[in-house]
Amino acid sequence: MQNALPFNRLETNTSEWVTVFIEDQAVKVRQGDSVAAAVLIAGLTPTRTTPMSSSGRAPYCLMGVCYECLLTIDGKENTQACMTLVHEGMKVNKQHQARQLGQSETFKDEQV
Amino acid sequence: MTQFSTDNSYHPDVCVLGGGIVGLSVAIGLQRNGLDVTVLDESDTALRASRGNFGLVWVQGKGDTLAEYANVSRLSAKLWPQLARRLLTTTGINVQLEQKGGLYLCLSEQELKARQLMLQKMQSNADGDYPFEVLDLQQLREFIPEAGPDVAGATLGPEDGHLNPLLLLRAMTECFLNKGGTINNRGKVTKVTPNQNGFTVFTKNDQYQTAKVVLAAGLGNKELAPQVGLSAPLSPNRGQVLICERVTPFLHYPTGHVRQTNEGTIQLGDSKEDVGFDTGTTTQVIAKIAKRASQMFPILKDIRLIRAWGALRIMTPDGYPLYQASTEHQGAYLVTCHSGVTLGALHEGPIADWIAQDHSELPLEAFNAKRFAL
Repeated sequence: MQNALPFNRLETNTSEWVTVFIEDQAVKVRQGDSVAAAVLIAGLTPTRTTPMSSSGRAPYCLMGVCYECLLTIDGKENTQACMTLVHEGMKVNKQHQARQLGQSETFKDEQV
Repeated sequence: MTQFSTDNSYHPDVCVLGGGIVGLSVAIGLQRNGLDVTVLDESDTALRASRGNFGLVWVQGKGDTLAEYANVSRLSAKLWPQLARRLLTTTGINVQLEQKGGLYLCLSEQELKARQLMLQKMQSNADGDYPFEVLDLQQLREFIPEAGPDVAGATLGPEDGHLNPLLLLRAMTECFLNKGGTINNRGKVTKVTPNQNGFTVFTKNDQYQTAKVVLAAGLGNKELAPQVGLSAPLSPNRGQVLICERVTPFLHYPTGHVRQTNEGTIQLGDSKEDVGFDTGTTTQVIAKIAKRASQMFPILKDIRLIRAWGALRIMTPDGYPLYQASTEHQGAYLVTCHSGVTLGALHEGPIADWIAQDHSELPLEAFNAKRFAL
């Protein structure tokens, strides 16, 4: 995935590289990065569309407040990317509009 | 919107004390009557019930022991569409009013039966003119397929609905300002003094000479009312409200405990606590509200909670409103209630007309504070 955004990695985080899959494309990031940082460095934009007008959004406050960074992370919709750390093999997808309740894996398991 | 002049003294026709939904409803109704109105709004340190409420326009079950209250609630619900249209035309703000019925879910047969009896009594008191339906779980699922197995059933009030209370507050504020009204929002009233020409209303920095004052200051009315020969025995009752993430619409009708906004946000509530002026939240009550909501709708059990707040209801001893003109000091009016959203169209309409014209067809004596005198 092209880095379309002017974000450069500073050498402050020297932990291990891990691979995450952003919209099915492998992206190398550092352990300890937030998913928001990962999608920004990967140049994913927009990262979600709004429930009402479908307009595009991307991570903004990076501190858990604004809810602009909602993504589908490992199948869980509406997850705050700035409050979630990456892990090896993580699957990250755009959040299209509102979450559909009752679709997540945990919920289906409990329904049985 | 504070106006300044050299002597800090103003002369509107009417001062409305309180810039919440109740005060603004009355204020725009008074403007409709051709009056020059100033709204005095305390400040952002006020208790702000209009920013914390649930947003229901609710009729069913209201006034089970006071037919006049049932009647004015229904009247307000009927008047709401035209007020919502007017706000849209004047301000461009759609307050998202929807009135296609509301459901009150019961988690036990006993509760459902008691509710049915109450509504039947109200219906017979109204000579049959009081629409409602009792639904068992299967019938309820025709309205809300996600109702859970613990639900015994629900009562359906076809006149119930909801709106977005924050958009309403904004629309009313803009409507009032568009029509030339003045809002002083550092306007906590320190004193009201009756005099020959009406009243002098004092705030920290300004004073207002006016022929009429309307007390619409929520819990603040308790201290203001005696200054103009009225009484407002009010006390706070806290409700905690939970806001969940936006999800694809599944709840197409408001319920007494859970509603989904136009944007998809799920809002949970209906706790009642007597905790004085504490607007905080407690994990115990949050957990209780969340548990009940997910019993009603199991689909909610893994929804994310975004935030919660506490807000104070403005309660009279019997829960019914106070609408009263001062006989001791003509020109002073008390308008206070806990259902400012539901009654908004009543306040903008017949209540404002009563204050402007000193006459009303409504049986307002039923809402006199004399009912609390021993």
